[in-house]
Amino acid sequence: MPHLDAAYNLAYWMTRSRADAQDVVQDACLRAFKYFDTFASENPSAWLLSIVRRACYTWMKRNRRPEELVGLEDDAAESEIEDPALLMGSHGLARDPEALLVEARQSKRLHQLIAALPLEYREIIVLRELEELAYREIAEVVGIPIGTVMSRLARARALLLRQWQREQQE
Amino acid sequence: MDCKEAQQLRHAYLDGEIDPGETPALEAHLRGCAECAALFRSERALSAAIKLEVPRLKAPDLLRARIGRELARREAGGRRFRELRLLGVGWNPVAIAASLVLAMVASSAVTSSVMSGAQEDGVAQEVVASHIRSLMADHLTDVKSSDQHTVKPWFNGKLDLSPPVVDLAAAGFPLVGGRLDYIDRHPVAALVYRRQQHVINVLVSPEDKGGGAAPAALAQHGYNVLRFARGGMNFWVVSDLNPAELRDFAAKLKEATPDRTAPS
Repeated sequence: MPHLDAAYNLAYWMTRSRADAQDVVQDACLRAFKYFDTFASENPSAWLLSIVRRACYTWMKRNRRPEELVGLEDDAAESEIEDPALLMGSHGLARDPEALLVEARQSKRLHQLIAALPLEYREIIVLRELEELAYREIAEVVGIPIGTVMSRLARARALLLRQWQREQQE
Repeated sequence: MDCKEAQQLRHAYLDGEIDPGETPALEAHLRGCAECAALFRSERALSAAIKLEVPRLKAPDLLRARIGRELARREAGGRRFRELRLLGVGWNPVAIAASLVLAMVASSAVTSSVMSGAQEDGVAQEVVASHIRSLMADHLTDVKSSDQHTVKPWFNGKLDLSPPVVDLAAAGFPLVGGRLDYIDRHPVAALVYRRQQHVINVLVSPEDKGGGAAPAALAQHGYNVLRFARGGMNFWVVSDLNPAELRDFAAKLKEATPDRTAPS
């Protein structure tokens, strides 16, 4: 079931925890199935992802520090990336030993750089680069115009690139 | 085109989302502007590196199982069949075929005649729902093995029947595994076979349960369903496989199944 993989992947990257992603996806899927009656989208995959995405936000509002949800400005974003405690620390990444192991083995840096992006950029990167959704699908999932998808994607890539190049120079 | 214009178009270009009419102007700009060209190369490298190196997580089996079970519990009455069918479309577009074919299984030989129209039957609907559910939540098997001697003992103690598990690989129907399912509010054994890319679910229940006055064969929403009784058990065979091959499968299954209930 490709949809469930996409849902789980998005939830994992948004919550940064496998256990939390499972809970959120299970809730969201069961709720989604319940309302299939009234479902009218032509793109069930995007529809499900939009529900999972909303469920992630709701879940984080309930369970996480509020500042995580705030759309961060550029400078704040950078200081967040540079904060090692945030990379491996208090919320999410370090909770799950299995996840840590996987992260240690593969592509540690890029993985962590994405995980450290502010949420609104992180979700765009995941939908575009990992789920490989088209811009109009991303617009549907996130509920923003295509123009905003493009500007956020440009911003997200610029943030990642700056950090990535810094890493490579070190 | 100036650099500001090029900035956003670079991403659309990279992602294959650019309006073809704008491509020549952007390409000309990238040829002429070293700075934009360097940024574009970096962005392309970043995008490729993410796709290559950052894992796209797959949903754990446990999550699939949890969702599958919860759905099974909710759908147990068969009343929510419509949603399942819709999900079937959404989750497995190949699975919903167009034709409605009714086939009939005679008591001894498996023969068929084509009728028109759909015949409603609660249990048959549940059988189809079970089939769709198994594909949808990707909860096809609890025990995954092509070995009948692995699958059969797995059911021991889980059901009040011991389903016969036969090997039909030689006939082109390899065994995939088995799982527990619920039909007509009773736990049943589900045996999973495959014919090329088509999944065949065989639901086995005691003869007094879940049979009713159901027609021996019918089609539901593009799925073909066959039923026969053998050795004191009811066999429901459901698949999106074409009726002829499914009848062939059912005939072979019936033939290979002992006619008496094995002492268990």
